[in-house]
Amino acid sequence: MGGPVSPQKIGRHISLTCENNGDIMTDATSQSGPMLAADGTPLKKSLARALRMQKTRALMLIAPLLVFVLVSFIFPIGKMLFKSVENDIVVETIPLTVAELQNWDAESGALPDEALYAAFVSDMVVAINAKRHTRLGTRLNYEHTGMSSLFRKSGRKIKKLDPATDGPFKEQLIAIDKKWGDVTTWAVIKTHSVKITNGYFLNAIDMQRTPEGAQAQPEDKRILIKLFQRTLFMSLMITVSCILLGYPVAWLLANLPSRTANILMILVLLPFWTSLLVRTSAWKVMLQQQGVINEVLVWIGLVADDARLVMINNQFGTIVAMTHILLPFMILPMYSVMQTIQPTYLRAAKSMGATNWTAFWRVYFPLSVPGIGAGSILVFILAIGYYITPEIVGGTKGVFISNRIAYHISSSLNWGLAAALGTILLGVVLLLYWCYDKIVGIDNVKLG
Amino acid sequence: MAALTPISRKPMSLVLPTVAAAGGFFGLFIGTSNGSGIMGVLIGALMAVVGAVLYIFVLKNEKLGKGLTIALYGALGFWFGGLAAAIVGLLYGWFIQWFSYWLYEGRYRARLLPYLTPGQVLWHYSFRVICGAIFTFLITPILVVMPLSFNAQDFFTFTPEMLRLDPAGYSLKHYQDFFTNNEWQRSFKNSLIIAPIATVISVSLGTLAAIGLSQSHVPGRRAIMAIMISPMIVPLIISATGMFFFYSDIGNWLEGTLGMNKTFVGYVKVVLAHAVLGIPFVIITVTATLVGFDRSLTRAAANMGANPVTTFFRVQMPLILPGVISGGLFAFITSFDEVVVVLFVGSASQKTLPWQMFTGLREQISPTILAVATILVGISILLLATVELLRRRSERLRGMSPS
Repeated sequence: MGGPVSPQKIGRHISLTCENNGDIMTDATSQSGPMLAADGTPLKKSLARALRMQKTRALMLIAPLLVFVLVSFIFPIGKMLFKSVENDIVVETIPLTVAELQNWDAESGALPDEALYAAFVSDMVVAINAKRHTRLGTRLNYEHTGMSSLFRKSGRKIKKLDPATDGPFKEQLIAIDKKWGDVTTWAVIKTHSVKITNGYFLNAIDMQRTPEGAQAQPEDKRILIKLFQRTLFMSLMITVSCILLGYPVAWLLANLPSRTANILMILVLLPFWTSLLVRTSAWKVMLQQQGVINEVLVWIGLVADDARLVMINNQFGTIVAMTHILLPFMILPMYSVMQTIQPTYLRAAKSMGATNWTAFWRVYFPLSVPGIGAGSILVFILAIGYYITPEIVGGTKGVFISNRIAYHISSSLNWGLAAALGTILLGVVLLLYWCYDKIVGIDNVKLG
Repeated sequence: MAALTPISRKPMSLVLPTVAAAGGFFGLFIGTSNGSGIMGVLIGALMAVVGAVLYIFVLKNEKLGKGLTIALYGALGFWFGGLAAAIVGLLYGWFIQWFSYWLYEGRYRARLLPYLTPGQVLWHYSFRVICGAIFTFLITPILVVMPLSFNAQDFFTFTPEMLRLDPAGYSLKHYQDFFTNNEWQRSFKNSLIIAPIATVISVSLGTLAAIGLSQSHVPGRRAIMAIMISPMIVPLIISATGMFFFYSDIGNWLEGTLGMNKTFVGYVKVVLAHAVLGIPFVIITVTATLVGFDRSLTRAAANMGANPVTTFFRVQMPLILPGVISGGLFAFITSFDEVVVVLFVGSASQKTLPWQMFTGLREQISPTILAVATILVGISILLLATVELLRRRSERLRGMSPS
């Protein structure tokens, strides 16, 4: 970028203008002072203009796509990431209450005073008329079970109150539901009344935001850390099995005569090109209890008919199916690295007295490590964010963090938590991607 | 390596035990399925050894031995388990006879370097067997789906009729279901609408951008490249989540403010979302093609008075076309195969084929899925062949020798 202009380009610029002005060479040599281009402008300026034009033209070609990707991909993801800290629903729904809550000390153990209850009732009446109070209840329910029903039930009765005339409200509210007389309720509202919250991220790592600061979730609610661990563990298992299965195949393909290798390559590329759902359904057909593998095992008598192997809806099924699906992504980079290793190196090592194993381990293997690295990172990145295959063959034991994200988006509607989980996942992937860029370079990504 | 190694006959002490082991191994499977594994191993080994001894000492005629063995094992198979077993028997007979001679005549040495030790020879062939097993692992699931899709019953496994190769066990009813069922037809049609349009968008924008990126002075090339490749890097579930929020806002705006048709807006949303996902593939393949493109050709065209547009369409485009088309095929298969994003962004009227398969696999599992899978495998074989042809053509055009 901004480097020296190549001679041809200067030549072109000059040759296009020299028709009008006669022979440029004599012009340039007869001048004293700054060198001039054919049209009389200083050459330096003219070159800079040519360079600028070139840059503009390149950018004009790139611009439509760049804008398209930025608007419809980068921006939505940024917005989604922001959802993981965004929390203005409390402030927007009950603004007066939030302002009053600032004067109340949650740790004193005393209930808030009448002013707050009055503010709350007037907030709620507005919110109930706009039908927004249930949304607030749902939001607070993520943090403290029971809030959703509290808001829904109390809503019907608070609606009948008139904020201007019916006070004082403290006793009335506590009569409607005794939870309003509970310090915890108000503490929860106060804790989550900030506009930018770290609550979702704390939830994502099995902690919660409490008046006393971040604390661990109760034992029975800690599932996400376990799920992250399982995702990492299974992705690692898949990567390792891909290395073990991919390395011999890549070695064979790189060392066979190219005609044979091309034919065998079809066996690698065909799964690569086959629809993901076809392969997933094929594994469902293979692995299930009445499936092909079990039938064959029963038929040849290795497994009793009533003791069929359970190979699906668990971690085993997910690992097998995903290893199969991601194996081409391991073989292809390994193959392209191994192709560049000269077979003469091995022979040279052996001629100097190395055993087969030493020649492989000390000469060939170190040269093939870049291929393993590239393939492993690629497979790991792909595995860690997989959704479809674990959803179909994973059951409950073999699902990944992505399945949890999908659950929170489409079923539990806790979008903030989904966004926080997504942010963490994206962070891990980008870190790995950065490593991949350092090792392989984005420009060297090849397909097919 | 050419066949330079002189071969010689091997002693019986090597041939007989190895042949016995092979026979025993196959006998084990037949034995366990008929009640007794040990008997199977013994009978299998014995038959293989007797066969080998017969070929070597009695018949002394390879062709005759082959015919007899194949016929014998085929007949045995037919007697035990009908037509399918007969085919297994024929194959096994061919194998065991070939294997005996391969060992006895020392043919296994013919294609190897003369100085290899027996251990190295053994490793050489064990390695091939291991690789063969891995290739089997890669290809079996795809192959298994195909015959199962012709199942006459609604099972996901081979029925006894199918194993007996009884024509009554096979039918085209799942294909018939696919071509007559409204749900499947509508989703197939949706896929055929969405994927080509998304491909056209990503190919046209992507090719332009790749040409821009390949110019010599692009400020911030790495950053731009990273942004454009990001749809391939970001896990689909995250892209889908982001697009879910974004396109529901966009959809509301288009429907509410501009008053557009709901179905039409739905298609626009899915098409745009898929177009973004296809872009990295186009960028990567076209950039790779442009690396070998000779810039002096465009200069020559300009020199002879062509304007940039003419130069692009008459000089540059024909040369980079193979790369553009294979990028387009990648984009097409990305969209055609995509399910996570459409699941989040689309509504029921944009249900695509993969989406239908996904719900089919999760809920009412129907063997029609296998028929669809077979059709899709056919499509992917076609695409694979096209990409390979294009790659060779592109290398020829650029003056490289195709590998």
